[in-house]
Amino acid sequence: MTQQTPKRIFVKGNEAIARGALAAGCRCYFGYPITPQNDIPEYMSKAIRDAGGQFVQAESEIAAANMVLGATACGIRAMTSSSSPGISLKQEAISYMAGSELPGVIVDMVRGGPGLGDIGPSQGDYFQATRGGGHGDYRLLVLAPASGQEAYDLTIKAFDLAFKYRNPVMILGDAILGQMKEPIVPWVPDNLDPDEAAHWQLDGAAGRPPRLHKSLFLQEGELAGQNIKLQKKYKAMEAEIDYEFFLVDDADLVVVAFGSIGRITKSTIRKLRAQGKKVGLIRPITVYPFPSEVLKDLATQGKRFLTIEHNMGQMVEDVRLAIRTITDSDFYGCLPGNLPTPDDFEEPILKALEG
Amino acid sequence: MEEQLVYTRPDVVADRATHYCPGCHHGTIHKLVAEALIDLGVVDKTICIGSIGCSVFIYNYLNLDTVEAPHGRAPAVATGVKRARPDKFVFSYQGDGDLASIGMAEIMHCANRGENVSVVFVNNTVYGMTGGQMAPTTLLGQKATTCPAGRCEELEGLPIRMAEIIGGLGATAYSARVAVDSIKHLKAAKKALRKAFACQVENRGFGFVEFLAACPTNWKMTPIQANERVASEMIPHFPLGTFKDTTGEEQ
Ligand SMILES: Cc1ncc(C[n+]2csc(CCOP(=O)(O)OP(=O)(O)O)c2C)c(N)n1
Ligand code: SF4
Repeated sequence: MTQQTPKRIFVKGNEAIARGALAAGCRCYFGYPITPQNDIPEYMSKAIRDAGGQFVQAESEIAAANMVLGATACGIRAMTSSSSPGISLKQEAISYMAGSELPGVIVDMVRGGPGLGDIGPSQGDYFQATRGGGHGDYRLLVLAPASGQEAYDLTIKAFDLAFKYRNPVMILGDAILGQMKEPIVPWVPDNLDPDEAAHWQLDGAAGRPPRLHKSLFLQEGELAGQNIKLQKKYKAMEAEIDYEFFLVDDADLVVVAFGSIGRITKSTIRKLRAQGKKVGLIRPITVYPFPSEVLKDLATQGKRFLTIEHNMGQMVEDVRLAIRTITDSDFYGCLPGNLPTPDDFEEPILKALEG
Repeated sequence: MEEQLVYTRPDVVADRATHYCPGCHHGTIHKLVAEALIDLGVVDKTICIGSIGCSVFIYNYLNLDTVEAPHGRAPAVATGVKRARPDKFVFSYQGDGDLASIGMAEIMHCANRGENVSVVFVNNTVYGMTGGQMAPTTLLGQKATTCPAGRCEELEGLPIRMAEIIGGLGATAYSARVAVDSIKHLKAAKKALRKAFACQVENRGFGFVEFLAACPTNWKMTPIQANERVASEMIPHFPLGTFKDTTGEEQ
């Protein structure tokens, strides 16, 4: 990693993502306005063009995601961003990208739902993000940053992973992350050549047999073969599992929380630790693939669990799946659209600690 | 008498039988596309956007780099491809259900942005692949599986004339409607397609060609009857001609 600009800059999480994408060599950005992620297309409309790339405000989220599909079929680093209702519209193209093994990067700055919901923070798209969301047996790599710096870093990582696995990668943030301003230290990856030719890129079949990116497999056994190949890939993606441990070692109770809620919970835990309470935090950074083995390990050590989410209970299903043969997890959900504070989590954590 | 070779299969057309029904015009239109690419010398730098419908297997018949688009989204995919690789020749190949129904927004905005891509639009007034349902271009009175009594204006509106609509958009460089039911029409079609494609090569912008095409299977006609229907029923509602031409060349 190169500290090309060792200076700190003060930016919103949304801008951190846009800057991260540019540092990662993103050449094409296609988007459509929706709160709370508008800073991304707004930033890109100038910055990516200044960098010699392409910006299109598409006619819809559907079109934007399909533009990404087209650009990535050419081996170009391309991204789109949106928020919940817009992500629903992108699912068709995401499923096609997964089926055609194309490496798009999709940002979801989640807002409250279902339906039009509100524009406040929420983690209500966890299922949609980690279960595919579109049709068919497919998976995305889903990265959930908790700070501006992490948003920047993980966006760079998202492009690498997308190309490594030839699979769509999603950045799962929320309105807290997107709208909060904080200092970050930008950097650019070493040895990155975003224009490096991919062996599968479409660029006209001069002097070689034509290449094809498709998700239609009609001959008997063909689709089965493709799905087996995809499942192997999803299994291999487990090598990317990432999480943060905070005061877990001697904890009796481990809180599981991701993204902004993970970060807020950390403050609660700091406070409770000062009172001698043995609580810790595990914050999944990849929410798909999920750090199941790590949780199971902790369960084997006799720790108890509390899952805290900004929804009515989604990730808790993954936590329970991971530890089901040993123990269970309590759950505390805060209502979408509200902005939780560290104090809000004190009581549920104490309650879980006392069992 | 010595044999004289007057016609060969261009290399870009794959040496295999197509899955199209006898009398279907998709195959003829594929060939015209191939010839236009050869004429313009762009075969080696072409990226084809396949779509949904009977022509979804275009990549089996044209030896080109190809990406398959979701139903109706080919113009958005083409936009992404062209933005990613502005130096390549990019065209989409779409049916009427694909382009004029589910993909109406994508085609309108792609044209309206003046994307420097070309669109081949095959209008056979019916959803071919899914078994003959009503399309936005189904003619009044025409029977389809979802308008068994024939399309009626009160319930289903009028058949959409895409070449005129696209021609009416400011950023369109070229829009024409052609047919391949006779040698005369075929020759004109060839010219129109070449012009539409040339617009892209010359960086003029969006080129659009609507082909009136036969679907004998879903029209429940013989190939000959279906071919005749193009002239007797389709052309009266979908007049052949050029609706926008910014090339300044003679029609
Ligand atoms: C999202 C979606 N909706 C519906 C379909 C089903 N479908 C496949 S082909 C087709 C109609 C295609 O008709 P047209 O574009 O006229 O092409 P043709 O088959 O006549 O050449 C439809 C509706 C689909 N593949 N995807
Ligand atoms: S169903 Fe119609 S459009 Fe499809 S291949 Fe047969 S004739 Fe052609």
